[in-house]
Amino acid sequence: MENGRVYRVSGPVVIATGLTGSKMYNVVKVGDEKLTGEIIKLDSGKATIQVYEDTTGLKPGEPVTDTGMPLSVKLGPGLIGSIFDGIQRPLDKIMGKSGDFMPRGIDVESVDTKKKWHFVPKVKIGDSVKGGDIIGEVNETSLIKHLVMVQHGINGKILSISEGDFSISDCVAEIGSKDGKRSISMGQEWPVRIPRPVSSKLPPNVPFLTGQRVIDALFPVAKGGSAAIPGPFGSGKTVVSHQLAKWGDSEIVVYIGCGERGNEMTEILTTFPELTDPKSGKPLMDRTILIANTSNMPVAAREASIYTGITLAEYYRDMGYNVALMADSTSRWAEALREISGRLEEMPGEEGYPAYLGRKVAEFYERAGRVQTVNGLTGSVTAIGAVSPPGGDTSEPVSQNTLRVTRVFWALDASLANRRHFPSINWLNSYSLYLDELGEWYNKNVGEEWNDMRSTVMSILQKEAEINEVVQLVGYDALPEKEKEVLDIAKVIREDFLQQSAFDDVDTYTSIKKQAIMLKAILELDAAERTLLDRGFTMDKLSNTDAKQKMARMKFVPEAKIDSYYQDFQKSVRDLANTETNKVQS
Amino acid sequence: MKDVYYSTVKQITNVLLFVEGVTDAAYNEIAEISLEDGTTVTGQVLDSRNGIAVVQSFGETRGMNLERTKVRFTGSTAKLSVSTDMLGRIFDGVGNPRDGGPQIYSNEQIEITGSPINPTAREEPSEFIQTGISTIDCMNTLVRGQKLPIFSGSGLPHNRIAAQIARQAKILGESEEFAVVFGGIGINSEEANFFKRELEETGALSRAVVFLNLSSEPSMERVILPRLALTAAEYLAYTENMHVLVILTDMTNYAEALREISAAREEVPGRRGYPGYMYTDLSTIYERAGKINNRKGSITQIPMLTMPGDDITHPIPDLTGYITEGQIVLSRELHRKGIYPNVDVLLSLSRLMNQGIGKERTREDHRNVSDQLYSSYAAGKDLRSLTEIVGEEALSENDRRSLKFADLFEEKFVKQGYDEDRSIDKSLDLGWELFSTLSKNDMKRIKDEFISKYGKWKE
Repeated sequence: MENGRVYRVSGPVVIATGLTGSKMYNVVKVGDEKLTGEIIKLDSGKATIQVYEDTTGLKPGEPVTDTGMPLSVKLGPGLIGSIFDGIQRPLDKIMGKSGDFMPRGIDVESVDTKKKWHFVPKVKIGDSVKGGDIIGEVNETSLIKHLVMVQHGINGKILSISEGDFSISDCVAEIGSKDGKRSISMGQEWPVRIPRPVSSKLPPNVPFLTGQRVIDALFPVAKGGSAAIPGPFGSGKTVVSHQLAKWGDSEIVVYIGCGERGNEMTEILTTFPELTDPKSGKPLMDRTILIANTSNMPVAAREASIYTGITLAEYYRDMGYNVALMADSTSRWAEALREISGRLEEMPGEEGYPAYLGRKVAEFYERAGRVQTVNGLTGSVTAIGAVSPPGGDTSEPVSQNTLRVTRVFWALDASLANRRHFPSINWLNSYSLYLDELGEWYNKNVGEEWNDMRSTVMSILQKEAEINEVVQLVGYDALPEKEKEVLDIAKVIREDFLQQSAFDDVDTYTSIKKQAIMLKAILELDAAERTLLDRGFTMDKLSNTDAKQKMARMKFVPEAKIDSYYQDFQKSVRDLANTETNKVQS
Repeated sequence: MKDVYYSTVKQITNVLLFVEGVTDAAYNEIAEISLEDGTTVTGQVLDSRNGIAVVQSFGETRGMNLERTKVRFTGSTAKLSVSTDMLGRIFDGVGNPRDGGPQIYSNEQIEITGSPINPTAREEPSEFIQTGISTIDCMNTLVRGQKLPIFSGSGLPHNRIAAQIARQAKILGESEEFAVVFGGIGINSEEANFFKRELEETGALSRAVVFLNLSSEPSMERVILPRLALTAAEYLAYTENMHVLVILTDMTNYAEALREISAAREEVPGRRGYPGYMYTDLSTIYERAGKINNRKGSITQIPMLTMPGDDITHPIPDLTGYITEGQIVLSRELHRKGIYPNVDVLLSLSRLMNQGIGKERTREDHRNVSDQLYSSYAAGKDLRSLTEIVGEEALSENDRRSLKFADLFEEKFVKQGYDEDRSIDKSLDLGWELFSTLSKNDMKRIKDEFISKYGKWKE
């Protein structure tokens, strides 16, 4: 272990002398309070350290100790349901140790090393195993079976393995490798900045269903895909992220609150345990890991939090799970990079961000993917990053670098949010590049008409935008009836399909089956209205028909009743199409 | 305390002193700068290295020189003596009395930077605060433990609105009043007098702590003033179990002072010259609002800022909006129309509203009424801009009603008196009254049961 002394302190950046043999990215303990830091630069006898805690009171001359290890996370059963800070310290244990406010220099174990788990072997004595192979399993929560894997770098034959109750540091198996006998425990470590290896990447052709209509129907993301949610403040980024975490059909959720509000993390902490997983009926916390670095917590830990999160996600992916990772907000992470870069007096790139911002963003999203794991399973990490562009202007560097690498763009729109159109995803600016790859899945699992319905709806919305430009010039009354009808149906799509309330018990989640019914219903209504126009009706007679009212209520109809409700709706549409000129309600 | 004086100041800028030969100054340590004439100014260590310390002076550097000015490092970081004796008192930007009263002596000295609240220790804010202002209570509800800023522009009546909130704020069904901590950051003496008078006249001064830094006073004090105010607030809330309302005005002056220091340190600037760490810095102020599990007190923050050029995308409102739980935006257009309080509801937002409203908190129809008001007003305002082009004649009957609704909404719902304290029931009923000018079928955001229960349509 190398020992040195503090030479200079400037905010979260500390320069130390004497760490001559230390390696880049090693973790060091700084000062009398043993603040955790990471070496980010070595220059002729001086080491530059970014410190993950507040450095107030730190003086030149205080000791610095190298731990000899890069920044790593502890992996093993017991991670699910935890809430960590940016460097994987459990916040509830910190609270237990030092009260309601965050202390400095505290050392707590990341995963409970005392708790016993019932380990069931999956291999026999004499089996050959290599790094990443599964040797046993543990029931981690009511939802998650934790597969115990051999640490990477260990290959050989199983010498002993037994069923029983073990803590994560106990030896559960012994492997005879070429380096001699190695004992295997359920816990292992992995450096956060290095991606966990995979066997191969698979094409992203299964959708990550979210129960959010505008996303599933118009701009879907694939399992293992990557998506960006940029939007100004107040546009509902956080609500969308929460909705995805709650209702997304992944088996595991890693939620990173990166530089966000403390009360928001509290909201997750209070609501998630009460919410149940729609598929299993079990508490959502049984499949969730939270990482919280609120905006007033140390900035360097914010930089690390993203990597801590994705490493945990990769670990569960390696067990064959579909993992969804939400990072809210990646802009705060980029700002942390900028702040540290500024303190290092590096030559700034655009808007003061370091020149390597684009590379770092790309490296992060590249860790997403649907993969064949080294042990032959299929798992995925879907990465969804919220971006907070200053003033909502997405021409800024973080948004632009993110858009270059992500394949789905959910453009949140302040003007939609201001009129309380939620989720405020703008249907004209957003896109998904997974449509082609996912088309077949929708054909097979939802219905052959799905892809056509989607494009019809998109073209109606597109037409609406064009007609609206004309309305601005000539007024609504001057429009031909056919165009009025397009506006009418577009309004139905916007209000009765795209708008979805996260706070309504039923509306908050819509299954893909109900979404298909709703789309069908809208297009049937459209067809009926057009028939009536052909028979000489005018739109002002159709503004408030029974069918339309039923359409408006459809999103609030529970899943169990939707089939009969839809039949009833179809009857109304038939009645509408058959009405005589003088009988239409107005 | 250390009694070593360094007379090795090698460079002085308008806010910074570079002291040589210092080997063990702690980061953020408080330093005492003694001038030739015997006066002393407080400063703080911004950068410490083996051999040189950079000290930021909280007072003016006028009168300092390289030969005679001496610096002593106190060995302690910035602390505030706190006690309940602070109530009813007025302090300056570094925590000294400015009302002629005695210093506060207390055994309890707290670091003014504060520590972040552990997110697991936080309690979700959910108690509705009735401010008596319809646009806030009904549409942008404030809850206890929230931080809800007012985004204003120069010349708009944000101070009156803040004073009205401070006067009227109450929790339904509780008799205990809020303690008020007021931080005046770089405000002019008229504004300061307005608040002092308000607090005195309403008798609120006895449960208020006031920190004032006038625009004529050293700008560097503005960087520590909000931290002093919040330290006092935390003491009152978490040690003395009080519910505290913190009003900070004007945060724009705070950010300007921050930029001044950053420029003096020759740091790489971020947007519009503000330092790249401004988001983190602002969050260490705003995030000190909240409620903690198993503690009785709470801190509710209402910071105010003036948006330079009414530009909501300016870094100060922009970064603030990303940290706070919503914002109340004031409108120049409404102000010109003579409407007080000139809250632009379409741009305003309260993120914690949902937790504080509904059955048993306010009223079951609250969420629906609010959503419908938003959507109907937005529709009416859209038509307003449309009629400017095509004229009102081109509108359908329905649209004309909608247009009229927008006017009525501003005249009847937004507008109210400076002393008018509307109960939440009254605000919601007012909403229903306005709805009755529209068609019942347009009430898409409201459940049928509420329409029949609360609707005011004449059949």
